[in-house]
Amino acid sequence: MLSSEYGKSRKKTKKEHKTRTVHSNILYDRTKGEDNPNRHYSDNEIKTTKYTLLSFLPKNLFEQFHRFANVYFVFIALLNFVPVCNAFQPQLALAPVVFILSVTAIKDLWEDYRRHRSDKEINHMDCLVYSRYKHQYMERFWKEARVGDFIRLRCNEILPADVLLLSSSDPDRLVHIETATLDGETNLKQRRVVCSFLDLDCDFDPSKYNSVIECEKPNNDLARFRGYITHRSGRRDGLYKDNLLLRGCTIRNTEECVGIVIYAGHETKAMLNNNGPRYKRSKLEKQMNVDVGWCVIILLVMCLFSAIGHGLWMYQYGDKRPVFDVLSPEGAELSPVLSAIYLFLTMIIVFQVLIPVSLFVSIEIVKICQVYFIHQDQDLYDEETDSHLQCRALNITEDLGQMQYIFSDKTGTLTENKMVFRRCTVAGVEYSHDANGGAALPEHQVPPQDWQPGRSQEGQHPVQTHCIQQPHGTHLSIITQHTAFSSPMEKDITPDPQLLEKVNHCSSQMTFKRFHSQSLSQLPSDLTDIIDFFIALTICNTVVVSSPNQPRQKVGTDSSSSLNRSSHRDCSSVLSSPSAESTLTKLDEEHHLGGPVGLEHAFSPVPPHTTEGEPGALEEGELRYEAESPDEAALVYAARAYKCSLVGRLPDQVTVELPDLGKLSFELLHTLGFDSTRKRMSVVVRHPLTDQITVYTKGADSVIMDLITLPSTDDSKGKRQRKILYKTQNYLNLYAADGLRTLCIAKKVMTKEEYAVWLRHHLEAETAIQGREELLFQSALRLEINLHLLGATGVEDRLQDGVPETIASLRKAGLQIWVLTGDKQETAINIAYACKLLEPDDEIITLNADSQVRSSHSTLFTHQPYSFPPPPPPSPSSSQTQSFLVHRLGLVIDGRTLAYALDSSLDEKFLAVARSCRSVLCCRSTPLQKSMVVKLVRNKLKVMTLAIGDGANDVSMIQVADVGVGISGQEGMQAVMASDFALPRFRNLQKLLLVHGHWCYSRLANMILYFFYKNAMFVALIFWYQFYCGFSGSAMIDQWYLIFFNLMFSAFPQLITGTLDKDVSSETLQELPQLYMNGQNSEEYKPYMFWMTMIDAFYQSLVCFFIPYCAYADSDVDLLTWGTPITTLALFTILIHLGLETKTWTWMNWVSITFSVGLFFTVALCYNASCPTCYSPSNPYWTMQRLLGEPLFYLLCVITPVAALLPRLVRGRCSSVINNSLSCLFQGPGISIAVRCLVCLCVCQIKCYLSRAKYNRCSRPHSEMLNTTGVVDLTVKC
Amino acid sequence: MASNYNAKEEDGHQPAAIGHGGAGTVKNKKPDNTAFKQQRLPAWQPILTAGTVLPAFFVIGLIFIPIGIGLFVTSNNIKELEVTLTNYSVWLAIFHPCYNCSQSYSWNSTKPCTCSVPFSLDQPFESNVFMYYGLSNFYQNHRRYVKSRDDSQLNGDKASLKSPSKECEPYRTSDEKPIAPCGAIANSLFNDTLELYYIDPNGSRTAIPLVKKGIAWWTDKHVKFRNPGGNDNLTVVFQGTSKPVNWRKSVYELDPSDPDNNGFINEDFIVWMRTAALPTFRKLYRIIHKKPNMTPTLPLGRYILEVTYNYPVRSFEGRKRMILSTISWMGGKNPFLGIAYITVGSVCFFLGIVLLIIHHKYGNRNHSADIRS
Repeated sequence: MLSSEYGKSRKKTKKEHKTRTVHSNILYDRTKGEDNPNRHYSDNEIKTTKYTLLSFLPKNLFEQFHRFANVYFVFIALLNFVPVCNAFQPQLALAPVVFILSVTAIKDLWEDYRRHRSDKEINHMDCLVYSRYKHQYMERFWKEARVGDFIRLRCNEILPADVLLLSSSDPDRLVHIETATLDGETNLKQRRVVCSFLDLDCDFDPSKYNSVIECEKPNNDLARFRGYITHRSGRRDGLYKDNLLLRGCTIRNTEECVGIVIYAGHETKAMLNNNGPRYKRSKLEKQMNVDVGWCVIILLVMCLFSAIGHGLWMYQYGDKRPVFDVLSPEGAELSPVLSAIYLFLTMIIVFQVLIPVSLFVSIEIVKICQVYFIHQDQDLYDEETDSHLQCRALNITEDLGQMQYIFSDKTGTLTENKMVFRRCTVAGVEYSHDANGGAALPEHQVPPQDWQPGRSQEGQHPVQTHCIQQPHGTHLSIITQHTAFSSPMEKDITPDPQLLEKVNHCSSQMTFKRFHSQSLSQLPSDLTDIIDFFIALTICNTVVVSSPNQPRQKVGTDSSSSLNRSSHRDCSSVLSSPSAESTLTKLDEEHHLGGPVGLEHAFSPVPPHTTEGEPGALEEGELRYEAESPDEAALVYAARAYKCSLVGRLPDQVTVELPDLGKLSFELLHTLGFDSTRKRMSVVVRHPLTDQITVYTKGADSVIMDLITLPSTDDSKGKRQRKILYKTQNYLNLYAADGLRTLCIAKKVMTKEEYAVWLRHHLEAETAIQGREELLFQSALRLEINLHLLGATGVEDRLQDGVPETIASLRKAGLQIWVLTGDKQETAINIAYACKLLEPDDEIITLNADSQVRSSHSTLFTHQPYSFPPPPPPSPSSSQTQSFLVHRLGLVIDGRTLAYALDSSLDEKFLAVARSCRSVLCCRSTPLQKSMVVKLVRNKLKVMTLAIGDGANDVSMIQVADVGVGISGQEGMQAVMASDFALPRFRNLQKLLLVHGHWCYSRLANMILYFFYKNAMFVALIFWYQFYCGFSGSAMIDQWYLIFFNLMFSAFPQLITGTLDKDVSSETLQELPQLYMNGQNSEEYKPYMFWMTMIDAFYQSLVCFFIPYCAYADSDVDLLTWGTPITTLALFTILIHLGLETKTWTWMNWVSITFSVGLFFTVALCYNASCPTCYSPSNPYWTMQRLLGEPLFYLLCVITPVAALLPRLVRGRCSSVINNSLSCLFQGPGISIAVRCLVCLCVCQIKCYLSRAKYNRCSRPHSEMLNTTGVVDLTVKC
Repeated sequence: MASNYNAKEEDGHQPAAIGHGGAGTVKNKKPDNTAFKQQRLPAWQPILTAGTVLPAFFVIGLIFIPIGIGLFVTSNNIKELEVTLTNYSVWLAIFHPCYNCSQSYSWNSTKPCTCSVPFSLDQPFESNVFMYYGLSNFYQNHRRYVKSRDDSQLNGDKASLKSPSKECEPYRTSDEKPIAPCGAIANSLFNDTLELYYIDPNGSRTAIPLVKKGIAWWTDKHVKFRNPGGNDNLTVVFQGTSKPVNWRKSVYELDPSDPDNNGFINEDFIVWMRTAALPTFRKLYRIIHKKPNMTPTLPLGRYILEVTYNYPVRSFEGRKRMILSTISWMGGKNPFLGIAYITVGSVCFFLGIVLLIIHHKYGNRNHSADIRS
């Protein structure tokens, strides 16, 4: 569809080639599409199916023939139609190919049908489209929306297409959207109405719209949109990405909006981004394909051998043609050479089974069963979210058992992405907030220290078990359903009693002072600090307030101070305040007035406010806060717990309700938004109580601490400040060690003169044409100096349950875990500590570089000790120097440095450093970088990689990795859509990898080897026979048996074993993660094993051939009466072989084996009795019936399997006897027999694995660890 | 993509959802806690302990060895005698009575060559004696040879009689007439005649009655092979067909004496048509039935085998034999199976002992090491 669109557009003029022009559809008649300039654009119907009813057969066959194996089988089947070299009845030879092709086709058809159903569901969703005739919005299906249509969207609706925003019910002409499905970010984003339509106060009327939009061609860049709109008046306005609402996003917090469709259907950015999952082929399958290649070579060698043999055989007779050497059908005499060439082709047909025909189908069936069982596992089901594992890729289950590197996202993957206010320190005093601290905290975590206020930080870590509260999960989920929150968080924070008391005391003091007209500055500084701290928490953010009753309506306290609001609105202002100019003029006035600023004055611009719109609706606790980042909201909620709540926010004013003081309106002069370089944000407000220009700054402790200026004097105040600073820093370190996100809160009071000076510069910067961003940045830096520290907060991004244990056990399993996050370095490190990815005594290498040169020459090679936030002092016994020796390194690298490190000149060095580290942390990395890191590791280190993430920013990484895992948590479905497996929680990874991965791998590996064995053994029987039939390509096994042996008679037991066999129980696998290394090192399927299997197969076939040969030598046995017992013997041998390989026997194994044997005899008896003339040329009439009456047949059936399997039996039993002698190790008086048996079994299994592991990993230090831990674990268990 | 993918459940194995939303679906999604789905099916894990492995070996040994001995004894009790008619590779073949006959390469020599081979029995053959002819180096299992027949024709299908299957090429038609029976197998039918005479101590020859009925499988004779249009008047039925090129007489002249043994249902023909598995094979020729009185079927003494030597084997360096053999419940004389049973049984027994010793030693050593530590 897309290509056709491009094809059409190619015919258009060059100008249109570059851009897209969108007119309103209202101007054109729907029915007469010819005039509509939009007619070439694709409609909004999506179609992700591969086939249509008509194209299914040819297309599917075409795709299937891409598989080499299928081409091979068809080739063989066709070869059978050539008379000179046919071996079987041609029609019969088609059976396997047809069978395999149809099984695969049915599977494809089913998958495509499911896609079709989901497409249909999406295409038939409703949206409101403006109708030209009815002059109103009509309900239409998504698929009917077209480019140029006007669409009205209401709150919580999903956008059907990419829409240019033309009108919004929001007073600020904003629309809030949630882009979780696109980029995984749960915060709300603001989109603005196109500039030209800002002034429309009344409803937007589509019929009056007659502008023309010119914009880019559809592309997949989510972060870019450019174009302009030309009005009839000739005025042009630019269009930016801020004006575009993307398909798949959800409208939040805005009652309704109207837009015009710009891109529809497959041309939307979301769909263009949605390139389908790549076809993944598992490592095992690649290895298998190599061995299939070997099989081909073996096959060719065997055929060549036979051909030469046949040539020689013919040659020896010379001219004396014996009677049995039949001429070719044409009657022509064949020369030995020609005859050998024909025979070569015939032998390929006869030996075709060596290339396992049914292997590919069987593997697919087994994988589907494995997927089913993984799906059904209760341990992979999450009660809370009622979701369970989804396997989206059916063909890489066994890769789960071979992972070596895990790349994990942080937010939402390791953590819950629920921010909880945990602790704060104000003016050097710590308030530990014990009451809510322990909530939902996993027990294993180091419980938060019970800090007493004022107690110095020298206190040890008291190990205290906190009472675990249930999180308010149910309550939360109810709320989240009704409000616009995308990320639920802990809203009910139990205030710390001491702090609450202080706040109350402070505010009552302030009230008192206010009423007595005293200056507030006389208050003790720690009290003002507290109140300032909460004010800062409340207003220093971009939180939007909404009420749950009308979630779409923003709550605003309209006041008279917000002068000529709309006139100052400009289109693009990020760092600037909307009312800056007015403030300046006002400031000037005040300056000229020069009058003392009293409290009366302070209140004058803010009259007693009335909440407009919904009087009385704003009860305490009913407000909802929506923030761009969840921790902002957490802080606002925290402040509310102290009765210091944000009640309204307007572009130029923030209203705060304080205890006792009531509602105060802060005039918002500037908002200096957060950016990653400054790592802080500031607001400049006019304090209503003091009328001072106050700057509140909130930011990362590393930067804020440097900006704090201490009084230079050495008086008590200075000392106190220094002490506060020192204490705060200590608390911050503790917070960091606990894995909390730390933020410092500071403030600064400016004089009007200072402010005026700064403001002028700032306005200059704002109006600058060149380098505006840089100037604004500089301007912000100028403002944020000489701060006064108020306090610090610790917000917890709560770890998901079981994350540290999961990481620990995955580590034990030999997996390298890298965390790639877009988050700040500090936060990432904190979380890494919290989830035990980094240990306190690890040495951390930080790579932060400004230039490539620096990073290459200095940073990468000098292990620069990490200085920020220093891990808490480890236990006195292990000093820092010791840990240096241990070489437990952690690598922390930030995005900018990563860009250099990923450069081709440095990547080898980077990998060398990274490999020697125990854990690697990449912070501030972009989605692209994440995928580049994964790609780098995957390609350069040749390891199996798994990427796990939950957001859309992880999509690229998930797609690049060998196995992509999505967390189907609160964030959007984008990651899940891209992933191969979707898990409810991170902790499920443990069972998925350690248990299911191991099982899937070992089952499939064993099954593949068994397949090779089975086919080789069966084919070799015929090969041996060639020595006795003049290499003529004759087979003693009936052609039916030959063709259906693999497809039917021996197919079921191996499928059952391949699906159900468990070499080690689930419990053991989880208790001993070391067993996972088995799969990592491909222990079950090494290249040599293929050859061992082949040798075994050839030996067994020799036995199965020569015992009947000798038993029937020089007798009157005929071809099939001799061949049928051989087939039967081979079947028995193959089944018993499988039995020896099966470790756990369930009733299904028994049933399947019985069924196989029964099926063979039933088919044989029916086939041999059915028709005396049909099965020409080999006519097996009454053969089996006669054989069953002969004792010799039974005697052969007993001895041959025993003789064939004796070596395997001895090898397996021998080692088991030796292993078993170990069991006496555990013989003791106190241990019951049952326990002993269990232990013995464990020992056998473990010893087996350990010994294997030891041999293969002796170069690595792990093996020692492995051995010791394995033994230790066991002894502990005993 | 749109978030309604949320609602779409990837699970194809779910039972039909009771309804969307509501408490019903909550329960629905949770996997059933059944042993099968949770992969906790009760399973038998063959624990390979010394206690189970060693007895297994001993049991196998103890069962196999007696069976082997029994088979060996049975096989040894079977009496068998082989008379070489052509021995191509042996120097002394020149002195063989049939040497002259065997020098012929050709199928179509007009004058019959006869020779008589004397032999003697050292011990009398009791019970029924089976008389075989044996051929060596005759690749009856050659791929093109095996296929060269038309089962429908042999089954009495009249259409096939007139136009045999293409598989019969190049023995499908001769002189523009369809060959009956067509194909290479039929064409190379064994056409020697063997007659056995007992030489009394007084020197007189007594012909031994050779029964030619019952040598083919019952199903072959009665189901697989049928004459077209029943057994009457085969000459008429086979009119318009040609005899195989190597044959001296037509198919309806194979046994003119017995209409039940003529045409396609001639037992010698049927036996030949059942192609042998290996290049050295024997085929049942005649049966010498046990005499009702107590005298042995073939008393010890001197015998003469009269051979009408028609079948050339020189072209393929073949060897022709006549075999007389009694038969037991396990078939003809073959000591191999008995030996195989004894060998496998002994190996198992031996392995059992070895493993027992290993187990004993290892067990002791480990135990003592444990005590020491």
